[in-house]
Amino acid sequence: MAEVLVLVDHANGEVKKPAAEMLTLARRLGEPSAVFIGPGAETAKDLLARYGAEKIYSVSDPAALESLVAPQAEVLAQLVQEKQPAAVLIPSNSGGKEIGARLAVKTESGLITDAEDVQAGDSGPVTLQSVFAGSYTVNAKVTKGTPIICVKPNSATPEQAAGAGAFEELSVSISDEAKAARITASEPRKSSGRPELAEAAIVVSGGRGTGGDFSPVESFADSLGAAVGASRAAVDAGWYPHSSQVGQTGKQVSPQLYVAAGISGAIQHRAGMQTSKTIVAINKDEEAPIFELVDFGVVGDLFQVLPQATEAVKGK
Amino acid sequence: MNIVVCVKHVPDAQSERGFNEDNTTDRDGVDGLLSELDEYAVEQALQIAEAGEGEVTVLTVGPADAADAVKKSLQMGADKGVHVSDEAIAGSDAPATSLILAEAIKKVGSPDLVITGMASTDGTMGVVPAMLAERLGLPQVTYASELTVEDGVATIRRDGDTASETIQASLPALVSVTDQINEPRYPSFKGIMAAKKKPVEEWALADLGVDAGQVGLANAWTAVEQTTKRPPREQGTIVTDEGDGGTKLAEFLTTHKFV
Repeated sequence: MAEVLVLVDHANGEVKKPAAEMLTLARRLGEPSAVFIGPGAETAKDLLARYGAEKIYSVSDPAALESLVAPQAEVLAQLVQEKQPAAVLIPSNSGGKEIGARLAVKTESGLITDAEDVQAGDSGPVTLQSVFAGSYTVNAKVTKGTPIICVKPNSATPEQAAGAGAFEELSVSISDEAKAARITASEPRKSSGRPELAEAAIVVSGGRGTGGDFSPVESFADSLGAAVGASRAAVDAGWYPHSSQVGQTGKQVSPQLYVAAGISGAIQHRAGMQTSKTIVAINKDEEAPIFELVDFGVVGDLFQVLPQATEAVKGK
Repeated sequence: MNIVVCVKHVPDAQSERGFNEDNTTDRDGVDGLLSELDEYAVEQALQIAEAGEGEVTVLTVGPADAADAVKKSLQMGADKGVHVSDEAIAGSDAPATSLILAEAIKKVGSPDLVITGMASTDGTMGVVPAMLAERLGLPQVTYASELTVEDGVATIRRDGDTASETIQASLPALVSVTDQINEPRYPSFKGIMAAKKKPVEEWALADLGVDAGQVGLANAWTAVEQTTKRPPREQGTIVTDEGDGGTKLAEFLTTHKFV
């Protein structure tokens, strides 16, 4: 069976959930090989094998991570040439999509981004994506080269299946050109202790209706073990960082449960959350378009509703 | 400083959008406009040009009405426009679009800076900037929420998932910008009148040395097999808070096993 390369998203060896999801999807297409770039492969090895990685290619050269995405695309391009895999799966976040973009041009291969599902087809993988603010779904396939597919978080339930996990340290040559853009300063975000927005199973978002006070949103999120998001209006007002923005120009999330508090539901916001499995909204305005999407809605003041719900959830 | 801004004419995101029988985007009867995210790219180029010596060329690829995207950019203040249009381009995917843009940028000259929006508001893949950088051999600094250019070096700031980063690249470079970077200006009356006199070049594929067999729907590297309109969501339960809204919400979450 042909190899399927899976680029592992991690922070210093701490493997992120989408990697296990993509290894699970990769088994439908062939034999999963994890590609681990950066420090910490030793820490990650066991987990990757547990989710089915037959091989683990590790690149520990720090230059591969210091210079943004171009070197990672070079690493994958070398692997694609050597291994002729059946597909390459990459996390569909901003960096991952750029790696995919460069890899597609380098290897003259078709690229599909934002895949929410991947199935084996007669002539290669078939993907599913949502388009036009979630109003359509599209099935697509790659017709040239090696299928390069960027997969959204929460696209599969991770299933364990022991793989051999054969470890192979790769030596790669990274061009000077790929190192041309450098990170010169990095200011770590203060950890909120909450799950990451893009990967979270539950997201609670606040909007204009919070008036800048996110404390009821945060307390409710914490009672559910949820991530906190924000609408563009809240971000533009400076109430919450841009990295928490849900919507067309922020994060596209697809959690099991999405709670919109004080968010009216402009099309740009809907584009970022409409594929959530269950949607709940709290808004004072009963005419708010968000109510067209909800499974459950409360017309009311979030400052009354959320604290009461928080207490009730904590009491369970 | 020569700056090229790549812009796209897209169907209005507020309108009902759909597909043609060949699974390409149906643009008939839908108002098109300059992709909202590209306005930030145009604005940023104008600010850099206005702060020093600079010329802003706005470039688009698309059918006849894509000229509107160029026109709007010229009205905002760009100096000249390029519109690449050719029947063979219809249905082009991101790799083909990046090829056409790359060849057009080479023909414009050797810009110091190429600026794009972070993504188009129709396809929203956000991959053309990286593909373009790869094809032009330029360093790529994307998702900029701040951009300064000094002494031949572009410095950007961006909000990553785990950190805020400062990224530097020597010019020439490609930068894509987010909607956090500025407030795009509205064209003034003076700007609208001035735009009528600004030069717009119309190029076909042959002018760029791009073979028709490299672009278009038939030569795309991916194929859409099926499009399905998502059924409207079933009307959910909506309650009005009468002092027990939070309790009811918690009950709903418990029933659906989120608690």
